[in-house]
Amino acid sequence: MNSINTSYELDHIEMRQVYANTLLHLAQQNPDIIGLEADLMSAITTNKIIKEIPNQLINCGIMEANMIGVAAGLSLTGKIPYLHTFGQFATRRAYDQLFVSCNYAKLNIKILGSDAGVTAEHNGGTHMVFEDLALTRIIPGATVIEVSDASMLRNLLTQVEKIYGFHYMRTIRKNAVKLYNSDETFEIGKGKVLRDGNDITIIATGIMVAEALQASDMLEAKNINAAVIDLFTLKPIDRELIIHYAEKTNHIVTAENHNIIGGLGSAVAEVLSEHRPTKMKRIGINEQFGQVGKTDYLKEVYGLTKEHIYLQCLEQLDINK
Amino acid sequence: MPSSLEELQHLSDKIRLYTLKELENLGFGHYGGSLSIVETLAVLYGGMMKYDPISPKWEERDYFILSKGHGGPALYATLFIKGFFDETFLYSLNKNGTKLPSHPDRLKTPGVDMTTGSLGQGISVATGVALSHKLSNKPNYTFAIVGDGELNEGQCWEAFQFASHHKLSRLIVFIDDNKKQLDGLTKDIIDPIDFGPKFKAFGFYTLKVNGSSVGEIYHAVEKAKTQSDKPVAIILDTIKGQGVPYLEQLESNHHIRPSEQDHQAITTAIKELELRTGVKA
Repeated sequence: MNSINTSYELDHIEMRQVYANTLLHLAQQNPDIIGLEADLMSAITTNKIIKEIPNQLINCGIMEANMIGVAAGLSLTGKIPYLHTFGQFATRRAYDQLFVSCNYAKLNIKILGSDAGVTAEHNGGTHMVFEDLALTRIIPGATVIEVSDASMLRNLLTQVEKIYGFHYMRTIRKNAVKLYNSDETFEIGKGKVLRDGNDITIIATGIMVAEALQASDMLEAKNINAAVIDLFTLKPIDRELIIHYAEKTNHIVTAENHNIIGGLGSAVAEVLSEHRPTKMKRIGINEQFGQVGKTDYLKEVYGLTKEHIYLQCLEQLDINK
Repeated sequence: MPSSLEELQHLSDKIRLYTLKELENLGFGHYGGSLSIVETLAVLYGGMMKYDPISPKWEERDYFILSKGHGGPALYATLFIKGFFDETFLYSLNKNGTKLPSHPDRLKTPGVDMTTGSLGQGISVATGVALSHKLSNKPNYTFAIVGDGELNEGQCWEAFQFASHHKLSRLIVFIDDNKKQLDGLTKDIIDPIDFGPKFKAFGFYTLKVNGSSVGEIYHAVEKAKTQSDKPVAIILDTIKGQGVPYLEQLESNHHIRPSEQDHQAITTAIKELELRTGVKA
């Protein structure tokens, strides 16, 4: 069990600042690290890196396909590219480049896809990515992560420097709810059990982890003991943990700021249907595109709230509301 | 450095011979676009490029990326002749379990620097390699061959803008202007109009040569290496199926599954090349 913050308050630091600060720190220690941007430096605040170490951050212009090829070329020659763009550009727009030049060619490339799901807010449907985890998850050998808070992002960005391979990391850009202490450790491929429980398990990622914890508080008031897991690594997935909690609680609900096809809900269902068939519900985007709106509004629209998780858990347990 | 242009011509003939033997052994393949890059490969692997067949990953080598990956058979013939692997390996082209797939794979074949085949991607990777060397102040050259049909792909033009902006003067791009793509003539599908002014407008040091002349290609690369502020485009005026008159005249020669008549003509070409190169049948 992990000790976590239960105030559910936003961290003082934005996720983009965490990315830029961590990348700057790593790049200052290792001249082989090269940051790549496609005209979104100021959106993610990496322009501070260009000021400090101009040779280690390349603004590739608005050409995502070429940027991914450049990353492959840098990796071929021993560099470690950290590439950022909005998630839909990194995946939907340049998918064959991601597939062939990065992964089929087995190169060492770290990608941060920002503005996860509804947090793209007023960029709307064209920029709202509910598919990036699905698209990256089906690539053989890819590691796929959705970070849930600042401590995790900092930790994982640092870890992946030393792990050869393709890492896709999804994040929001602004402030995330603070969940973990700054000295928390994370193991890629291992979920974090944030709360134990016997009646039902809520497995969540990203912004839905804080919602899941609050839903479990609401359930507690009804004497329902819900476990909450932050399954930040979608691939490789933590089979043992999922099966263990399916056996322990017999009911699983997943919650993700992503399409339920191909994302967390699918990934958990794949494990359970093969190893421990368990009745489950998948909360997430279902057959819908994005749209403009504030995050709180969009969470209501798509059912990404603690109330919705709470109600779905009750329904799953066949308990009258 | 080759001691003479005759040596380059000899190497070119050998590459053409083994490209044909390799494809004939399989019975089908990308004849047209493999044959049109033979002379260029002869110039690169005959002295213009630094490489080591014993140590293909040697860090001081020049990089070669065949962005038009379907020309793989010609590259494989070249790598065989230069000692990266043996003749049995060469004839495994596209056989089940092979390490020589239609399109080059850096994880399978010694001497292949990058996996290509999805058009437009190799040239972006080449710009990344050239940028990397520039950032590290290393003298390695990066050579890439793109197809004229491949230049339909928008990604190529992204890469050219990038190379030009970053003044990647040690990136030398060959454009195999063989006038045909899979479905027919480039001018009938997407008319390239004139590559020369396009590359000049993109900020490239641009040269145009007869792509069937090892001498002209050789001198163009020599000239390219003397300048230091722009990436280089060498437009190769070539013929799809180059060097085998019968195949040059074949209307559809991108991917061929030779008929009996085709086989006879190709066999005749192989015999002529064996005589010319002194390679025994």
